[in-house]
Amino acid sequence: MNVAYYPGCTLKTKAKDLDKYARLCAEKLGVTLEEVDNWQCCGGVFTTANDEIATKLSSVRALMAAKDKNQILVTVCSACHNVIKQTNHAMNTDKVFASKVNNYLGDENYDGSTKVLNYLELLRDEIGFDKIKEKVENALSGKKIAAYYGCLLLRPSSVMKMDDAENPTIIEDLIKALGAEAVVYPQRNECCGGYIALENKDAAIKRSCAVTDSAKSHGADMIVTACPLCKYNLEKNGSGIKVVYITELLAEALGIKEDDNE
Amino acid sequence: MNNDIKNLQKEVILTSGVNPKKCMKCGKCSATCPSYDEMEYHPHQFVYMVENGDLEPLLNSKSIYQCLSCFACIERCPRGVEPAKLIEAVKLQVIRKQGQNHLKADDIPNLLDEDLPQQAIVSAFRKYTK
Repeated sequence: MNVAYYPGCTLKTKAKDLDKYARLCAEKLGVTLEEVDNWQCCGGVFTTANDEIATKLSSVRALMAAKDKNQILVTVCSACHNVIKQTNHAMNTDKVFASKVNNYLGDENYDGSTKVLNYLELLRDEIGFDKIKEKVENALSGKKIAAYYGCLLLRPSSVMKMDDAENPTIIEDLIKALGAEAVVYPQRNECCGGYIALENKDAAIKRSCAVTDSAKSHGADMIVTACPLCKYNLEKNGSGIKVVYITELLAEALGIKEDDNE
Repeated sequence: MNNDIKNLQKEVILTSGVNPKKCMKCGKCSATCPSYDEMEYHPHQFVYMVENGDLEPLLNSKSIYQCLSCFACIERCPRGVEPAKLIEAVKLQVIRKQGQNHLKADDIPNLLDEDLPQQAIVSAFRKYTK
């Protein structure tokens, strides 16, 4: 199975491991991630104002590229996932917005019909956690891993439609499939502070520590996330706990990556 | 309410798609807001201040830059009011004016550290700059 793949800016730079292991693991599980040609940055945040058109065009172009190849569009980064899914939803449900966007696209028209999946949804819905479990070569037994959803994977749930926004299980189910113990803790779907780290570091420290303290007090050895900015905040502004990407964890279990024992 | 403020109120309501009259003033948006302590005006105040046309204080407050776009208030509002969309619309009224960017490219080098992901910078530009 081949799918269109939108890596996003950070997976090409600071989060190369997130990208590399996403590709290698998918390949091992029978899915080839075909990078969209000439993709442009999604902008990192979906602007909710309905008269914002230009800021959403890069997402629409990626969605159209996938549609041209009749492929599902897969993102790994939580932010790209959020922006592209919300843009797709707006194209599909808001006719006025869609017609304004289509004015920029020359003769082509886009209707919001591309199927967009986060990598986690690809694993759960297209490949299946049971199949992944069968492919595990190096079960992560004994590890207590806390899933960190943050904001952008799940909300707004009416658009993301990925999991229950208040009681999600998708990452915990993956952790269990890989042989580890999933630690459930209250702050797993609360914000790490995001881009506020740039101008109000104290606020980011407060938020990130709330998350890491919560995970640690529930017995976690490490946190797993899909978002480079969450990883940065939890590592840099949190209270000291190992943070790894979902794809690194998967790669370790599938025998693609050595445990770095940090 | 003078005409300028009336027009501004109309514009904010139109571009946000929010109907502040649906609010039942339960305060859940502010209770769940991760930026609550950083804000002078909180999400529930945005809702009733926009409804009352009390926009001047919001336009002049740093609170418009404290929203984290985490969608918690949007998800958890029992009446579907979606306060963050109002905060976004008020903020756009400010930064869309020439010279009103909250973050300038020249500021960036001083804000960098070696681990900072690009995502932080593009997100901040998207939120603070036009």
